[in-house]
Amino acid sequence: MKHIAVIDYGMGNLRSVSRAIEHVAPSTRVVVTSHPEEIRRSDSVVFPGQGAMGSCLVALDSHGLREVLLEAVREKPFLGICLGLEALFGFSEEDGGMAGLGLLPGRVRLFPPERMRDAASGGALKVPHMGWNQVHQLRAHILWRGIPQDARFYFVHSYYVECGDARYAVGSTDYGVSFTSAAARENLFALQCHPEKSAHIGLQLLRNFVNWDGTD
Amino acid sequence: MGLAKRIIPCLDVDNGRVVKGVRFVDIRDAGDPVEVAGRYYEQGADEITFLDITASSDNRDTMVHVVEAVAGEVFIPLTVGGGIRSVIDVRRMLNAGADKVSINTAAVSDPDLVKRASDHFGDQCIVVAIDAKQAEYGDAPRWEVYTHGGRKPTGIDAVEWARKMADFGAGEILLTSMDRDGTRDGFDLALTKAVCDAVPVPVIASGGVGNLDHLVEGILQGHADAVLAASIFHYGEYSVAQAKQRMDERGIEVRL
Repeated sequence: MKHIAVIDYGMGNLRSVSRAIEHVAPSTRVVVTSHPEEIRRSDSVVFPGQGAMGSCLVALDSHGLREVLLEAVREKPFLGICLGLEALFGFSEEDGGMAGLGLLPGRVRLFPPERMRDAASGGALKVPHMGWNQVHQLRAHILWRGIPQDARFYFVHSYYVECGDARYAVGSTDYGVSFTSAAARENLFALQCHPEKSAHIGLQLLRNFVNWDGTD
Repeated sequence: MGLAKRIIPCLDVDNGRVVKGVRFVDIRDAGDPVEVAGRYYEQGADEITFLDITASSDNRDTMVHVVEAVAGEVFIPLTVGGGIRSVIDVRRMLNAGADKVSINTAAVSDPDLVKRASDHFGDQCIVVAIDAKQAEYGDAPRWEVYTHGGRKPTGIDAVEWARKMADFGAGEILLTSMDRDGTRDGFDLALTKAVCDAVPVPVIASGGVGNLDHLVEGILQGHADAVLAASIFHYGEYSVAQAKQRMDERGIEVRL
């Protein structure tokens, strides 16, 4: 039986992620866990999160999970969701600037107020970016299988990723700026949007992840 | 192309049962929130909002079970409101599977609760619900905030209040016109526009929807980011899919 660990570092609604995975893969064992050994024993790892990056990294460290997370990123299929995408990058503008995990090159930025105008209507674009927006697939990937180009996913975030290396950007979304909404490198895949809240399209992506052996 | 405008069906739940007259022909149990929510999910609802109108606080646990059951089958954002008075109440609903919690009366009696809750859980999951009633007409209309299910006037200006709540960390405003709620005459567009244009966070318009064109007006004239309706969907007059079709025909970006 496949064993998937959802990393629990005390932030966010993690049951949503585990419930959605259980729904698409009833024969998979999904555990929401903060035990490093449980994460080491798993076949695949999900790193979800919502809220602020600073508190995310502090929480990861206070739960003693940074090391096992870095191990998982090197070794097995790994899915980052929302803050779990942002935290993988090197630098965030949050709280006046802070270092991220540095696993992918690039930075996390606040939506620039002066750019938050709708090109067509001229109306203000609200922050947080909340709702269903399109993910433009920049290249083929196993996790996009069965998902139409420009399909809509559910987003809710105030910061966005500017990927520093185009090779790792696999999805982009427009909201005032064009940002990296999905990034991938080898066995690592991460999304700004919430597949667990993106209806059938999101469930398809989770199904693809459950079946993924981590090769790109 | 960009962010879609959202359609949000709302279910009033009393003691674990949907209470507005629901007449879906092929639903076994019309009052079962899991079945009703499941139907809206399949029709393409962008989110679902539950309003717990259970009078007795002894029965609050029922809503937790409803949310848990729905969250296991419906994979879109769920908002729960009604009777939320503390950070502990917020946590219980989020743990049960709600993505957002809406705070109404308690935000007025204890505005700091909105701050504490959004600091703790992130502003993305804190919705402040505002029930507003027109207080002054003419060239400079004003709307007043009411609490306790619309029974108690507060003297607070609705537009000012929306601004303050966004400032305190509300990630979204759920705005209901009490003058229009239940009338099926359409949104109070002046109120909707006044609030939508005043705050930097998304606004959900509510109260008064009687047909699909009202939804269109809420977006185009009211500038709402999302539209909420109950009776037009409950009574089976229109499906969520039909509502989206109409919005799409009027040039509004929706998730089809």
